[in-house]
Amino acid sequence: MTPRVRIALAVVLVVLVALPAIGVALPGVFEGALNAPGTLNLLGLCFVFGALALTYDLVFGYVGLLSFGHALYFATGVYVTAIAVTRWHWSLAAALALTALVSVVLPLVLGAVCLRMRDIPFAMVTLAFAQAGSILVAQNPFGLTGGEEGLALGGSSLPAGLIGVANTRNLYWIALALLLVVYAIAWVAVNSPAGRVWQAIRENERRVSVLGLNPYLYKLGAFVLSAFLASATGVVYLLLQGGANPQVTTADFTLALLVMVVLGGVGTLWGAVLGGVVYEYLDFRLISLANTGTVQSLPGVLRVPLSEPLFLLGVLFIVLVLFVPGGLGGLLRRRTA
Amino acid sequence: MTTFALLLITGLGLGALYFLIAAGLSLIWGLMRVLNFAHGAFFTVAAYAGWSAMRLVSGASPEVQWIVAVLVAVAVGGVFATLTEIVLVRPLYARHVGQVLVTVGLALAAISLVQGSFGSDPKTVQLPGWMTATTTIVGANIPNTRLLVIVIAALVFGLLLFFLRRTRFGLIVRAGVENRAMVQALGIDVQRAFTLVFAIGGMAAGLAGMLAGTYYGTIDPGRGTSMLIFAFIVVIIGGLGSVTGSALAAVVVGVLQQFLNFYGAAGVGDFSVVLLLAVVLLVRPGGFSGASG
Repeated sequence: MTPRVRIALAVVLVVLVALPAIGVALPGVFEGALNAPGTLNLLGLCFVFGALALTYDLVFGYVGLLSFGHALYFATGVYVTAIAVTRWHWSLAAALALTALVSVVLPLVLGAVCLRMRDIPFAMVTLAFAQAGSILVAQNPFGLTGGEEGLALGGSSLPAGLIGVANTRNLYWIALALLLVVYAIAWVAVNSPAGRVWQAIRENERRVSVLGLNPYLYKLGAFVLSAFLASATGVVYLLLQGGANPQVTTADFTLALLVMVVLGGVGTLWGAVLGGVVYEYLDFRLISLANTGTVQSLPGVLRVPLSEPLFLLGVLFIVLVLFVPGGLGGLLRRRTA
Repeated sequence: MTTFALLLITGLGLGALYFLIAAGLSLIWGLMRVLNFAHGAFFTVAAYAGWSAMRLVSGASPEVQWIVAVLVAVAVGGVFATLTEIVLVRPLYARHVGQVLVTVGLALAAISLVQGSFGSDPKTVQLPGWMTATTTIVGANIPNTRLLVIVIAALVFGLLLFFLRRTRFGLIVRAGVENRAMVQALGIDVQRAFTLVFAIGGMAAGLAGMLAGTYYGTIDPGRGTSMLIFAFIVVIIGGLGSVTGSALAAVVVGVLQQFLNFYGAAGVGDFSVVLLLAVVLLVRPGGFSGASG
């Protein structure tokens, strides 16, 4: 990292931290002023998805595990906390302790089963378990999850600073802090001796086992760490959204994560963050773009595809996979190199 | 006894739909090592194409309408799958993860396009009168659509077995599943077999799309994806690359799901199928028909 890049990053960070105090409007980029609650909420969600994409990149980009079940662990963070706070009226601290416990035990057990398979069969099995989670949430067992309706975060035990539109900036700071903490943990992890073994497994698993290491344990470790961090991002998502919705349990959600990581560049930490942030921003902005008069007045052949963010993102994804395997991160690097 | 027969045959009908999706997935996986997420898109696009064709010939008798819809669905599924193989999968030869990702992108784009064009509400499929009637078997009134779906899937199973065991291309496909490098070393163009299994898989998925419309009486954009996930489970339980294994697993999964959803709480059947998968993987990692290990 050159000193110039370092200074630029420091400036960006300071601006991001101070953002809620900046009343400037950027027409075309955001609808309201920079410190409007709507903008801060969108930016907070962008940070959450940046962090989530990063946790996915840990297993997919660094260990080479193509998991199709990452949504399950994000949803664990969302739903366990929501149920404990709203249905059982636990204090936030107690709810977080329970969430932390579940988000270590669940991936430990499921990962131990899934990792008996490799490559694509592994992908299918993780998909199946995530689907089981999705069915469970949709069935609304004992009236806990709220089924299709979702579950609005309520209860008297939430700190006042986390509720209400006026406090959006607190949530914004929490989301920013989450991104920084997850980034720091991921950075330390991939640069640790274990992180080097992960990358060795990605390149050649058999060679790692010939060297006398047990790839299974290293993979399980990475799986649990990534799932735990994903649950943490789920908790912040829950606070930002003010509720849990079953959308986050579905296979489509995991596929969106995959799109984010590939969009940003597989196997680089900041690439994954960039992919998550850009994806969430585009997903949100494309919907408002579709509702503008220009798009609505187009003939159906153009209007229909332009009104479907998933269509545009899917096509973008295909183009990236076919022609730009390194993603946005790879493009930028090629430019600067 | 009545309930038992009804559940059994409904379950077999569901299994028949799973089989039609899983057979293509299993062959594509066996020969090319591609996990084809676009299979659900073939299913959905073909179903909507069939439904649109049905509306175009709305002057004809209901039987003719239905047959036109099925033929159009099969053709559209086959053409869509062939194009997918040639345009998207082939350029990524030797990049397996890339191939999976490209089918994921296609599935997202195609299904959201269908949803944008036709709306997300289910569309009713007009069925000939005799299909909506019931037949009494051991005292149970079985909807004729269930029987129809089972018979057609059984015919497709027979045709696939004939193709795989009695034709030259089938021989190449079977040999390719066993050892692709050896087939290539013998100077056989495996590329054509790749396109062929994609076309066959797409046709079967298209057929499944329209038959699911017949079975449920409606089509909707989301069904392809949810059935695809169970088809994946069927493929793994049946043993990757084996058509017979897929057929057996499809029956087990469909019937089990139907019985448990009825006798347990709603969703218990879906849940147990995933548990079955976990148990099979722990006991026999290769599935019913695969070698263990």
